[in-house]
Amino acid sequence: MIKHRSIGDRTADIFIALVLILICLTTLYPFWYLFTLSFTSGDVSLTRMYLIPPKLTLENYAKVLSDGAILTGFINTIIRTVLGTVIAVSCTILTAYPLSRKELVHKKFFTSFVIITMFVSGGTIPSYLLVKTLGLMDTIWALVLPTAISAYNVIIARNFFISIPDSLVESAKIDGANDLVILWKVVIPVSLPIIATITLWIAVAHWNAWFDSLIYTQSASKQVLQVVMRRIILEGTQDMMNPDAAEEAMHVNTETIKATTVIVATVPILVVYPFIQKYFVKGVMIGAVKG
Amino acid sequence: MLKKEKKSTEVTGSRLTSSIYWKQRYLLIMLIPAIVYFIVFHYIPLYGVTIAFKDYKFTEGILGSSWVGLEHFKRLFSLESFWQVFRNTIVISLWKFVIGFPAPIIFSLILNEVLNQKFKKCVQTISYLPHFVSWVVLGGILTQLLSPSTGPVNIVLKALGFDPIYFLADSRYFRGVLVVSHVWKSIGWGSIVYIAALTSSDQQVHEAAMIDGANRLQRIFHITIPEIMPVITIMLILSVGGLINDDFDQVFNLYNTAVYDVGDVLSTYTYRLGLVDLEYSFATAVGLFKNAISIVLVLSTNTICRKINDYAIW
Repeated sequence: MIKHRSIGDRTADIFIALVLILICLTTLYPFWYLFTLSFTSGDVSLTRMYLIPPKLTLENYAKVLSDGAILTGFINTIIRTVLGTVIAVSCTILTAYPLSRKELVHKKFFTSFVIITMFVSGGTIPSYLLVKTLGLMDTIWALVLPTAISAYNVIIARNFFISIPDSLVESAKIDGANDLVILWKVVIPVSLPIIATITLWIAVAHWNAWFDSLIYTQSASKQVLQVVMRRIILEGTQDMMNPDAAEEAMHVNTETIKATTVIVATVPILVVYPFIQKYFVKGVMIGAVKG
Repeated sequence: MLKKEKKSTEVTGSRLTSSIYWKQRYLLIMLIPAIVYFIVFHYIPLYGVTIAFKDYKFTEGILGSSWVGLEHFKRLFSLESFWQVFRNTIVISLWKFVIGFPAPIIFSLILNEVLNQKFKKCVQTISYLPHFVSWVVLGGILTQLLSPSTGPVNIVLKALGFDPIYFLADSRYFRGVLVVSHVWKSIGWGSIVYIAALTSSDQQVHEAAMIDGANRLQRIFHITIPEIMPVITIMLILSVGGLINDDFDQVFNLYNTAVYDVGDVLSTYTYRLGLVDLEYSFATAVGLFKNAISIVLVLSTNTICRKINDYAIW
């Protein structure tokens, strides 16, 4: 298309590239900083900046990974993510399919019944009191049931199901299949892309969720990783409020432990996100087109 | 079921309806989990909002607690701390809007000028990263980065001859931290919509403009921006609709008593009133106040959006 780019254009190209590289570095540096900190030996003074710390060690990881609370948190997070995602995805599909069928009785009613919940909510306190009244406090159900179905996901899935050619469903019906069979054998197999997208959304949300565990599961054995991590990070912030030179030496060690905890909790996301981000981007686009 | 049997003895019309229910029994069975779920976890809490007008006691339940009318709201509106929190919410939201709204647009315009597709993809992927990380993690990262003794930011400040600043415990800087970290987290993710709009833009117009001697900036301002204007308008309206919705996760993981005067927002205020001080009714009143404003904003912006969309279709 363009054979000869002017000098001005080339300079602009370089300038643009530099700006973008700067943005990338700004995005990555905080993570890099914590990453290096997690390998830094406790006796290195942190009052200087290092791109790569002078004394590398694995002892922070040894400490963090042998911490019972962190292991428990890890296991609890995995359980809630798996259980929560399985429940949420199946319920979302089960809800979206009937709403996508044009013959459904009271379709308008059912659809608004779902959509209304996107706009109005009881808020934190009534939901908290509900969980308390239902006796779900300190159980995993308090983490997976209240968010089991999101109206937004239902609408996204429904819209995809609507776009499936009607002839597929109709021909299965003529063969005598009922709606459960059709959903399982016809609709789900052709909807795998959207189901993968929704599954990943829900799974990442569960992995990152912390507030519900903070208020609903207060016993240490039930807390998820993010809450355990939050506690470790916040430990000692009260002292940091009035930074004392004398206290510095004591802090140096905990800073590296905190950093290691953050890295341990974040690495799973960092490892998978380059592969799953395209599904998320697709999801944003579906949402945007829908408006 | 009872209704069905009764009806079937009546006119043929209603027998038809009852047979529709039977014919669609599988579809209706599929809806049962959703109906139970939405009633229990959405409509009952919605009803639970009535405790904002009651003196709620856990032992008496929502129904048993006595009505107090607008008592909580009267108390709320007479509290100086509430108005302080309300102002904080609005000021922080406005700053986030003023800086955070144009940022992804500018970012996507810059990205759009990149010809090397591999480099572009790479920058995009990196820019999405913070979106996948929770505010608990980012709170931890920011605490370390901004630490007055060991944080790199303050090390640089000290090297330049400035006094170290404790950004997270200084009322003068805390809002700035909220705004900057918000933009940092959302710039890449927020640009997706614009990048998509830009990739579908008409290359021929650009080529024609180039032949006519239009330079890069001229093309950006006269072709590219007008092209994505509809998307910008819709995103603008949507973000106005969300102005009252503060970011609980962000504030909660960054703030501390030293910066309550500038950083405490409606959702964190509700949390402390309700779940720390256990003033359930009072906290629900705050939540209801916020939700009411939010609904008005969302509904009015939705209406504007629809009008503009229709207009655009014409």
